Amino acid sequence: MINSKTISRTVKDLCIEANLKLRPDVVKALKSSLRKETSSKGRNLLSILLENCSIAKNERIPLCQDTGMTVVFADVGQDARIQGDLTSAINKGVAAGYKQGFLRKSIVADPLIRKNTETNTPAMIYYDIVPGKKLKLTVLPKGFGSENKSKLYMLNPTAGYDAVVNSILKAVKEAGPDACPPYVVGVGIGGDAAKACYLAKKALTKPVNFLSDKPHFRKMAKELLAKGNKLNIGPLGAGGNTTLLGVNILSMPTHIAGLPVAVNISCHSLRSAHKSL
Amino acid sequence: MKTIQLPIDEKTIKTLKAGEMALLSGKLITGRDQAHLRFTEALNKHKKLPVAIKGQTIYYVGPTPAKSGEVIGSCGPTTSRRMDAFSPLLIKNGLKTMIGKGGRSKEVIKAIKKHKGVYFITIGGAGAYLAKRVKSARIIAYPELGPEAVSELEIRDFPVITAIDSRGKSIF
Repeated sequence: MINSKTISRTVKDLCIEANLKLRPDVVKALKSSLRKETSSKGRNLLSILLENCSIAKNERIPLCQDTGMTVVFADVGQDARIQGDLTSAINKGVAAGYKQGFLRKSIVADPLIRKNTETNTPAMIYYDIVPGKKLKLTVLPKGFGSENKSKLYMLNPTAGYDAVVNSILKAVKEAGPDACPPYVVGVGIGGDAAKACYLAKKALTKPVNFLSDKPHFRKMAKELLAKGNKLNIGPLGAGGNTTLLGVNILSMPTHIAGLPVAVNISCHSLRSAHKSL
Repeated sequence: MKTIQLPIDEKTIKTLKAGEMALLSGKLITGRDQAHLRFTEALNKHKKLPVAIKGQTIYYVGPTPAKSGEVIGSCGPTTSRRMDAFSPLLIKNGLKTMIGKGGRSKEVIKAIKKHKGVYFITIGGAGAYLAKRVKSARIIAYPELGPEAVSELEIRDFPVITAIDSRGKSIF
């Protein structure tokens, strides 16, 4: 039996951990970029980002002041036994994490009236039913500078490989310097419009530059990384050959009349943390 | 690296070139989306602003809450482009220096060029690093806006890059 107090405490800890400690694969990608960056201004900026990671971890100051809208992926085992209201437990955990972790409360209750909920809830929870008995919780604090650069392209079913690549590059070009490059680009291809967007965001929970099990998407990710880094947007838009840290592509079946391509951009400090209960 | 005292006078602003790095020290005010909306409403209604903006420096930021013993929480810049609709009016009314991240619109560049201002970018996402370069912080207007309240900060050796100079040259 997985009880709601444990769920709340886990979510609280994940919120804080994700905001203070940068994911090891992202740190690795930043260090690798620093070695390859040819612009001295770019190297300077990447070094400061790595120094920021140390300060955040050691002094327990959030990596970024936008501690995000709390996206939670809850993979619920088909045979998991959960005591209490799962949604309520997750939201209680987020509220506790954002209070005790001195994180910023960035959620407004209504998109037009805009009164702050002061708890950073509700979390954006995506439930999935998976085999087994466990409950896997992945917290992804998503900053809105990057979220605001999200794109959905409903391509023609005959559009083809190059059109998909060009759409994704277009999204990166339109983000330009504004979403704190170098970016990790989450891509969702297929599904319906909503699933494509969901996949694009879920892709950000995977390790940077993880390999798709489909050879054409492995090729596409590599090609996008190379082309993206030729755009000369550079770290924080100040120029250089590090515009992208990685491209993560997830795909699923889609309709004969469509080819949805969704892009969800993450800034250089892609934050997520997970635990299975 | 060049060190510059705030507020920056017009003579110094004219010497700044797009692409140069510098360290800023001195006092500035903070403001982002909601504050800009309120400033604009006040100016359009010919009402007094809660803070003087003539010659002023504004930093687009909404920090995390400070822990006990801290001056300020994580305080990196927010995306400047969201303030583009409001900036030209503030620049026309005397705002000289803006600090944020990312690009600006043609109208903002035009206003900077016309009124001899400057736009700096600082390091987006380096909120913890930048927090160490803030020596004092106090809320001076709109406390009800929480993280979007207007504060006065004193910064020391705060790294910036001149992104748009008074000639209207932009690094983007």
